[in-house]
Amino acid sequence: MSTPSPAAGATREGPITPGLLSDIFYLMRRYPLGVAGAIIMSGFVFAAVFATWVAPLDPFTTNARASLAKPGGVYLMGADMMGRDVLSRLIHGARISLAVALGATLIGSGLGAAIGLACGYLGGWFDLIVQRITEVMQALPLLVMALVITASLGPSLQNTIIAIAIPLIPTVSRVIRSNVLSLREMPYVEAAKATGMSEWRIAIIHVLPNTLAPLIVLATAQLGSTILTEASLSFLGLGVPEPYPSWGRMLSESAAEYVRTAPWLVIYPGLVISLVVFGSNLLGDALRDALDPRQRD
Amino acid sequence: MLSYLIRRLLLMVLTLFGVSIAIFLLLRIVPGNIADILFDSAGLIDPAEKKKIVADLGLDLPLPLQYWQWISGLFRGDLGFSYVSEKPVIDEILPRIPITARLAALAMAFAICLGVPLGVISAVRQNSGLDYALRVVSLSGLSMPSFWLGLLILMLFVNAFGTIPIYDRNPATWGAWFTMLAVPAAAVGFRSSALIMRLTRSSMLEVLRQDYVRTAKSKGLSDNAVTYDHALRNAVLPVITTIGVETAFLFGGLIVTETVFNIPGVARFLVEAIRWRDYPMVQNLVMFIAVVVVTVNLIVDLAYMIVDPRIRYSE
Amino acid sequence: MAPVLEVSGLSTVFHTRRGLVRAVQDVSFSVNAGETLAIVGESGCGKTITALSLMRLIPMPPGQITSGSVKVDGTDLLQLDEREMRKMRGGKIAMIFQEPMTALNPLLTIGRQIAEMVMLHDNASRAVAKTRAVEMLHHVRIPEPERRAREYPHQMSGGMRQRAMIAMALACKPKVLVADEPTTALDVTIQAQILDLIGDLQKEFGTAVVLITHDLGVVAETAQRVVVMYAGRKVEEAPIKEIFARPSHPYLRGLLNSIPRVGSARGLDVSPDERLQEISGIVPPLNDLPVGCAFNPRCSLANDQCRAERPAFELKHGDHYAACFQA
Repeated sequence: MSTPSPAAGATREGPITPGLLSDIFYLMRRYPLGVAGAIIMSGFVFAAVFATWVAPLDPFTTNARASLAKPGGVYLMGADMMGRDVLSRLIHGARISLAVALGATLIGSGLGAAIGLACGYLGGWFDLIVQRITEVMQALPLLVMALVITASLGPSLQNTIIAIAIPLIPTVSRVIRSNVLSLREMPYVEAAKATGMSEWRIAIIHVLPNTLAPLIVLATAQLGSTILTEASLSFLGLGVPEPYPSWGRMLSESAAEYVRTAPWLVIYPGLVISLVVFGSNLLGDALRDALDPRQRD
Repeated sequence: MLSYLIRRLLLMVLTLFGVSIAIFLLLRIVPGNIADILFDSAGLIDPAEKKKIVADLGLDLPLPLQYWQWISGLFRGDLGFSYVSEKPVIDEILPRIPITARLAALAMAFAICLGVPLGVISAVRQNSGLDYALRVVSLSGLSMPSFWLGLLILMLFVNAFGTIPIYDRNPATWGAWFTMLAVPAAAVGFRSSALIMRLTRSSMLEVLRQDYVRTAKSKGLSDNAVTYDHALRNAVLPVITTIGVETAFLFGGLIVTETVFNIPGVARFLVEAIRWRDYPMVQNLVMFIAVVVVTVNLIVDLAYMIVDPRIRYSE
Repeated sequence: MAPVLEVSGLSTVFHTRRGLVRAVQDVSFSVNAGETLAIVGESGCGKTITALSLMRLIPMPPGQITSGSVKVDGTDLLQLDEREMRKMRGGKIAMIFQEPMTALNPLLTIGRQIAEMVMLHDNASRAVAKTRAVEMLHHVRIPEPERRAREYPHQMSGGMRQRAMIAMALACKPKVLVADEPTTALDVTIQAQILDLIGDLQKEFGTAVVLITHDLGVVAETAQRVVVMYAGRKVEEAPIKEIFARPSHPYLRGLLNSIPRVGSARGLDVSPDERLQEISGIVPPLNDLPVGCAFNPRCSLANDQCRAERPAFELKHGDHYAACFQA
């Protein structure tokens, strides 16, 4: 490498990486756990999208003779009380989990971000009132709030998504609000103001991109928790109703009894939930490390 | 300091007021009330009788009046009657509280005793094999649904002892009481301990980078003195602040764990009350939970003020 | 008189993702009791790493002291095991840091932080150590030392904290005091007070001081001898008068030209009424140094020789050393 000209004055930050591909390779080497998470999540999304083709059997077909069939043969992961194939039900169940995770996270983070931005920008009475409402919502545990909301709206896929999305709003809005507030104090934002840049331009050029990174990190971190909440709700019998195969409900159906008689009905659904949440957590951690330099260790 | 305390208490009352309104309205936007459900399930069709039940339960009164009756009753210690058991709500809730409280305390103790030391070790040995192992374990702890962990533990018991631990209302000894609750407490607490461990680790890493840690080393202190006397003191502060959040987090786990282990505590009772649309029960239980969460947060804040001299001595 | 601190051939490297960074290379100097040696240079020249290497406080890994010796009263610190080194740290060689705001533990009282030092190295009881702490606070001219000893760092001003820091460092009467930019974070008026204080205590205790700074004004007021560092190496070393009167290395001349009125306070012969100049360019990254003299891309005198070979550090005249073909 040639020496830089004396007057260049540009800071050189290590070797310049040519192209996107090597960037991706670098990130893969830097965050191997994140890559593992991404692989798990891709598998999950693939199973959900192509469930009809991937699943070996129909998840709804009952078969009295196959009731509580042990894993093996046609029923790779066994069959449930009604003789339905556990593996196929798990693959179709991915759809519910994915729908709830995406739906609740998008609604919760979207509304939360909008409210947080508005609070940070408008301040005053609006902010004060929203802060009080946020405190009210944070006085209730997530699952309790979700339970009460599903109870009041009635059990359905949409209502489950809403019930899980609403408790996410205060968490997201708080983070975004404080982020906006601190960004507004940043010297470069002050400088932009001093040069006469309009508030809107500042919001779009300086504040929004710097809010996006924590928002993505936060939303990814929420994915896992929405899946867990849906599983808990369905486990308690208040989540997504029949006939959809939901992972949480597969465990609820007198699970404690199956612990003795049909352990595969307990092991596989829980394993799948844990694996997917684990994947989303790995991905979330890697994204946080990569996008949010303040949290880096 | 005193003015802060007063302000805090006023805000707390305001928050609880907000919770009461929210929960009250949420339970009444539902199409259909308890009378409908009773009638549907019993298959009764006498409209006069239905009307009488509605009037008995006060469901025909205007909403503000219903709300006023509830809140004024709350202050008199009268929480109304359960729609389902027709016993006073307070008699149903009170005996269940100590069960959940013990379980929660045990789970929290488990979470702290496991989470803080492991978090410190993980931070001090950053990027070692041990650190990686602990991080993967804590992340899987956060990924496992606590009811599944509970079920796995049950399965273990079935395979090892051939039986499932059964909840006993009146255990003979403290030891029996402890062993009975220890297993479910570990099932709930594992998730919290994973969270505390991650928090302690990142907080500790942050503190170990601070200038005053280098100063402590420059004084010739041993690694242990630097880690435990100078760094840990600072690192636990942010962990303390999250204990409030942690309590709320723990409650979700208690709900499912009490269900799995068949423990008759308040957490499981909430789910039963919701299934039955037992409004007085649900709204009072949710109020109770909110009071607990808000109070724990207040206590945590006060504890923080006592521990951190920067806040203790600021006007 | 044998020097109290004798550093020779000290080299420190960092193993980073971008390769080996040679932060300090072959640095030698010595300081006598009661004397002050200043190490001067721009940020990133390796002066702070030198200071931390003396204390063996380089984070390892990624850092590593690869060669050299650091002798305090004849004991080579680099040969000690960690236990023995801990006894030296604070006892024989103490350090004060740049940021008094962050260098003290916010959760411990000032008195406790000083007493800790005394208990550790002088095997003093808690009561004795506390009395010593108050004495030291009095010594560094902190008013109401008994009350201040019970206070926490956030209750003190920056200048006061730096005094407390000095009290802590000198509590066990170390032979060597390493002061890393002790006044950079302070107001100018406070700076002078702190420098005076260090000077007075140094006379009283006979401490050898290594002063790390980028501020030639501070150097002019305190040091007897100066080492100039660039890109991890010594480029010039001379007594204070020589440094200001006959700077040899173009880098030092550049530094002097970029500062107004250096040394006039002590009546040193500073080239007068010259316009302020800056040194063009930036310090090269330590993992990617230019061939030849590290300063050549920024030097107006650089020729082909400067771009091909690295100049040796050699005696130029009198007691004046430099590493430059043009000097």
